[in-house]
Amino acid sequence: MGLGLFHRHRGATPYLLLAPGMLWLAAFFLVPLGFLAYQSLESGSIIAGFGYAFTWAWSNYSSAVRGYTGEFERSFEYAGLATVIALVVSYPVAYWIAFRGGRWKNLLLLFIVAPFFVTYLIRTLAWQTILSDHGLVVRLLTDIHLISPGGRVLATGTAVVAGITYNFLPFMALPLYVSLEQIDQTLIEAAEDLYASKWRAFLRVTFPLSLPGVVAGTLLTFIPAAGDFINAQLLGSPTSHMIGNVIQSKFLGLQDYPAAAAMSFILMAIILALVLVYARVVGTEKLTG
Amino acid sequence: MTSVAAEIGRPRRSTLGAAWAYVRRHVLTVYAILFFAYLLLPIGVVAAFSFNHPKGRFNFTWKGFTFSNWTHWNAIPGIQSAVVLSLEIAAVASIIATALGTLMALALVRYGFRGRGTTNFIIFLPLSTPEIVLGASLLTLFLHVSSAIPFGFWTILIAHVMFCVSFAVVTVKARLVGFDRHLEEAAMDLGANEWTTFQKVTLPLIAPAILAALLLCFAISVDDFVVTYFVAGTNTVTFPIFVWGAARVATPPQINVIGIAFFVIAVTAMLGNVVLQNRRAKQA
Repeated sequence: MGLGLFHRHRGATPYLLLAPGMLWLAAFFLVPLGFLAYQSLESGSIIAGFGYAFTWAWSNYSSAVRGYTGEFERSFEYAGLATVIALVVSYPVAYWIAFRGGRWKNLLLLFIVAPFFVTYLIRTLAWQTILSDHGLVVRLLTDIHLISPGGRVLATGTAVVAGITYNFLPFMALPLYVSLEQIDQTLIEAAEDLYASKWRAFLRVTFPLSLPGVVAGTLLTFIPAAGDFINAQLLGSPTSHMIGNVIQSKFLGLQDYPAAAAMSFILMAIILALVLVYARVVGTEKLTG
Repeated sequence: MTSVAAEIGRPRRSTLGAAWAYVRRHVLTVYAILFFAYLLLPIGVVAAFSFNHPKGRFNFTWKGFTFSNWTHWNAIPGIQSAVVLSLEIAAVASIIATALGTLMALALVRYGFRGRGTTNFIIFLPLSTPEIVLGASLLTLFLHVSSAIPFGFWTILIAHVMFCVSFAVVTVKARLVGFDRHLEEAAMDLGANEWTTFQKVTLPLIAPAILAALLLCFAISVDDFVVTYFVAGTNTVTFPIFVWGAARVATPPQINVIGIAFFVIAVTAMLGNVVLQNRRAKQA
């Protein structure tokens, strides 16, 4: 069997190599999206039997937006906040590992990834313990008068944002590290030889060169964060619920499939639009590799 | 560059500059230490509470030290079968996903063909779709075919392979791109045919990336909750689903025991890999 691995010819080989994986993605990613789209335009109700019928019910979309504006806004607000915080918090560490890590680089990277081998839900439950009303964080914040006596952290939007930030941190830190690590040190030295201060050299040379990492990190953090419902469920309260909570409960609790499907599509459409705008600004090849 | 003139006066302040650089260097180090403390804090809490002896149903306040949660890790009904199911699904899903992903990566890196851009885009799309949408869309599909594929092991497996494939492609592709093609050409010049070259040269060289993809897929699959929750149906319980159910009614410390056990195994394996790499780097 000639695999033809070494010629860039236009034979059938690449298609044969791609076929199994692409068929899987087509059958279990693209086709389901089609089903979801179909479902989002159905109408009917559980009370009138279990039948939903396809009726081009665009009203599912408008009523999803009208009824859950707060949840949609909160999803993007919390995800945006968490992304920015994660970027600011992890950039210096990624920089430190890339430029000062020396032969400890791999070990330090391991430290960044390690916490995420404890199951997501267990990690989040640990934050529940840490942020609880009699926990250390609340006592500390009360002592320095950042929250009033009897104030809470758990069951607030702050706790949800804190949880999201923590849970998606490696998605930010790793791409940042990769792009910083690839920077040619001699470029920074050249800037300093040309009398740029360290700070100016960072702003004019290092930071611009690390932008691909910033872009990848923000996307990898923002996208899962916007659809998350676990943090809002375990660390928040109904007033800090995100659209993910609504989709989840409508699908799996209330079995209101058309409304939940419409919401999923709105969520995905907004995210895709944001990604495309981003891609337009920085170039697609960087995004898709 | 108007600042050049101003910067010429710099040498005079060089001691100050050196001191500032010294302080700044250590500020960054101190910051990094604090960052790692923050990263590891919840893990410390999970570990500590795995030795707790809670009085009520919830494991949130410290009541006393005990080893019994570790010695009786499977004392909670359903927890052992949940762990076993998670491991089984992760093993099968990661093997299938890595096999599919490796083939796709080979096609994408080695060939110019029509539809390459579209293919890249379709592989990228699941990575940029929130998990809840992946789960929801699969649920609507499986609801329509539930007589052929009942909710449970197979639906979870199908879903896990789907979201792991893209990760596998990206991982293997990264290694193939930085691959020295001359090695293959040398093998062919020495009379090896294409299949032999693939077996003897290409495969060993990309083996680390294939292993990395396997481990990555395994880790993602074992940890997945959102998609699994949508496609599992009501009677199939993986470990994350078990934890979710538990979080509502009671959180036995055995959950922490298993969480930490996974953690220790994974970190030990990775540490071993780091040590091995360092040793190899020293030899080279």
